[in-house]
Amino acid sequence: MSNSTIGSRLSKKKNSVQSHYDRPNTLSSGHRACQGCGEALAARCAIDAAYHATKGNIAIVNATGCLEVFSCVFPENAWNVPWMHSLFGNAPAVATGMAAAMRAQGKNVRIIAQGGDGGTTDIGMGTLSGMFERNDDVLYICYDNQAYMNTGVQRSSATPILARTATTLPNAVYAGNEVGTGKNVPEIAIAHRIPYVATASIANIKDLEEKVAKAINIRGAKYVHIHVPCPLGWGYPTSETIKVARAAVECGMFPLFEAEHGKVVGSTPIENVKPVEEYLRLQRRFAHLFSKNANPQAVEELQKIASANIEKYKLSGGIANV
Amino acid sequence: MLFQLEGSQAVARAVALCRPKTVCAYPITPQTHIVEGLGELVRSGKLTDCEYINVESEMAALSVAIGSETAGVRSYTATSSQGLLYMMEAVYNASGMELPIVMTLGNRAIGAPINIWNDHTDAMSVRDAGWIMLFAETNQEAVDLHIQAFKIAEKVKCPVMVCVDGFILTHAYERVDLPTQEEVDDFLPPYDPHISLDPKNPKAIGTMVPPGYFMEVRCLAHKKQIDALNVVECVGNKFKEKFGRDSGGLVREYNLEKAETVIVTMGSVAGTIKDTIDELNQKGGKYGVLSIVSYRPFPAEAIRKALKKAKKVIVLEKAFAVGIGGILFQEISLALKNTKTEVKSVVAGLGGRAITSDMIKEYLNHKNHDDMVFLGLNKEVIERECRLLDKGSCDCKSSF
Ligand SMILES: Cc1ncc(C[n+]2csc(CCOP(=O)(O)OP(=O)(O)O)c2C)c(N)n1
Ligand code: SF4
Ligand SMILES: [Mg+2]
Repeated sequence: MSNSTIGSRLSKKKNSVQSHYDRPNTLSSGHRACQGCGEALAARCAIDAAYHATKGNIAIVNATGCLEVFSCVFPENAWNVPWMHSLFGNAPAVATGMAAAMRAQGKNVRIIAQGGDGGTTDIGMGTLSGMFERNDDVLYICYDNQAYMNTGVQRSSATPILARTATTLPNAVYAGNEVGTGKNVPEIAIAHRIPYVATASIANIKDLEEKVAKAINIRGAKYVHIHVPCPLGWGYPTSETIKVARAAVECGMFPLFEAEHGKVVGSTPIENVKPVEEYLRLQRRFAHLFSKNANPQAVEELQKIASANIEKYKLSGGIANV
Repeated sequence: MLFQLEGSQAVARAVALCRPKTVCAYPITPQTHIVEGLGELVRSGKLTDCEYINVESEMAALSVAIGSETAGVRSYTATSSQGLLYMMEAVYNASGMELPIVMTLGNRAIGAPINIWNDHTDAMSVRDAGWIMLFAETNQEAVDLHIQAFKIAEKVKCPVMVCVDGFILTHAYERVDLPTQEEVDDFLPPYDPHISLDPKNPKAIGTMVPPGYFMEVRCLAHKKQIDALNVVECVGNKFKEKFGRDSGGLVREYNLEKAETVIVTMGSVAGTIKDTIDELNQKGGKYGVLSIVSYRPFPAEAIRKALKKAKKVIVLEKAFAVGIGGILFQEISLALKNTKTEVKSVVAGLGGRAITSDMIKEYLNHKNHDDMVFLGLNKEVIERECRLLDKGSCDCKSSF
């Protein structure tokens, strides 16, 4: 049975896990995330979808970061699934051990490792690459809020160029995070030729759920990279998380695609491509790009990235697939 | 059954007899042959139901063990020196989470300057990490302590590190008695995990613990270690009952009944010291040896008891803390506080420097031990370098 919101107008098959009256609620309410936290929303959707797709046979290891801290401070625990936290940089390796142990015991428990962009693209990169390269039977989910939020919004290698963070403060000399820096981990994952890589956004929950549900039942290493706006770190009203997420997708800054065994196999086209400026203007972390003395070239640099994404992943023109 | 084996192969086969379900380690001299040995045992089908995982770093190696142990299976890893430092965060994590992982530490110096040879600096760098730490004197003890280690770890719910001197033991061919699979199975029952990640009974493990609880957690970890003194002793006794070898326990006493001077030490060097004092005792000397088997938990009471009759105690150790001095020395001194026993510190064998019988004799015959804190030192080099120090005003008379 579906609920009485918009979900009820869709066929049962098309209902999202979230719209269902008995959604698993793997990350229950009452945790300590900020209001409007994109990461909390994405984690609930992703893990609910994985739970749904495996009849609850999942176990999670979480890297240190906001998600870990806000969901689990002794003696409270917001998780309704087996969950552990070890360290900041080792979640993929812990997951390898969990998967090996499940295999050794003949248990069909699907293993998920998850962390923020810092835990994934920076300190966990070595263990992540190792887990990919061995094709371990693990789904890794990166919740990308594009900075070290838990320690107070410092730059990570996933921070967009020109963004303001506590360690890339714009001033008369610097315009935020250095142009020409950064790391694209979905592409690095693809280069490992693992069975499945996908990007997802909390602006498109159904797509996110489908990707996670697909990934969790594939044998071998899987990577899902989710764009999760953070009202505190990005500087926008807590009610606008989905709006900001959608704007990132609609301008091409965050392309939605899937890849299998080293090849991009599909992408989600943008019906009506918007200029990057619309996305940037929603957030205080880019506000300096629109001040009186700002260099107009800066916005252009970001537009170049979005346009390159649109071309690379064939996002324009409303035509699906590559 | 008796075998002529390299120490590392003997350890590998002892670990295999304990039926770990995951083995994961990263190459580093002098530990490498142990995991190579286990890899071969898994690949050749001699160790079954075991996942052998090649990883990209020591951080990953111990993290895999953390994951697999949390998911409910007996897990093993091994490392040395730089590798131990590289996994340091996970070392504290494993004990904090009460995971009964067993790890072999093939003891090696720590750089810079890089040095692959034996001393105990690596082990000393994790002495406060909450692991149980056992030191082997011979390859036979290394074998026996690994079998005991799994039992102790699982009983105490605490990881155990078995320290085996790099090269001196890991690469030495010696006769060892390996128990049969049936005997080990009988001694070490299948692992019954105290925690596990079970979808039917979901639990959160490794959560953040705020100030309101943290002190208690730490205090209980300490209490648990102190209780483990009994477990280490008891498992050692059980092992002796079953296998006839007294290779566990807290301390190993040698000729303490008649000794006036006792050398306290850890690991393989005890063998050289015993040979030396045998010679001296034949000529009327009154020497004894006390080896610390269980370095953590620290058996202060057993040490006090063993050294009750000693007039002088010489702590000979293969590590020291720069800026203060001998580490074991400080701990033994603490254990003997309020007694009249004189305690001397001697640091020896750093970075693989040989410790010979002659050196030990020279030390014992030397009138002023405080003159010889570093055994076998090239004093010319030290004095020359000291002269070159700041304005040549170094007063290096006292400690060298
Ligand atoms: C080895 C280590 N270094 C640094 C930290 C401090 N630390 C904890 S969480 C965090 C940032 C997490 O950032 P990210 O992974 O992006 O997750 P977010 O909080 O943004 O969700 C840092 C730097 C740590 N816990 N461990
Ligand atoms: S700082 Fe950002 S990521 Fe962290 S809880 Fe708040 S909104 Fe979520
Ligand atoms: Mg982040």
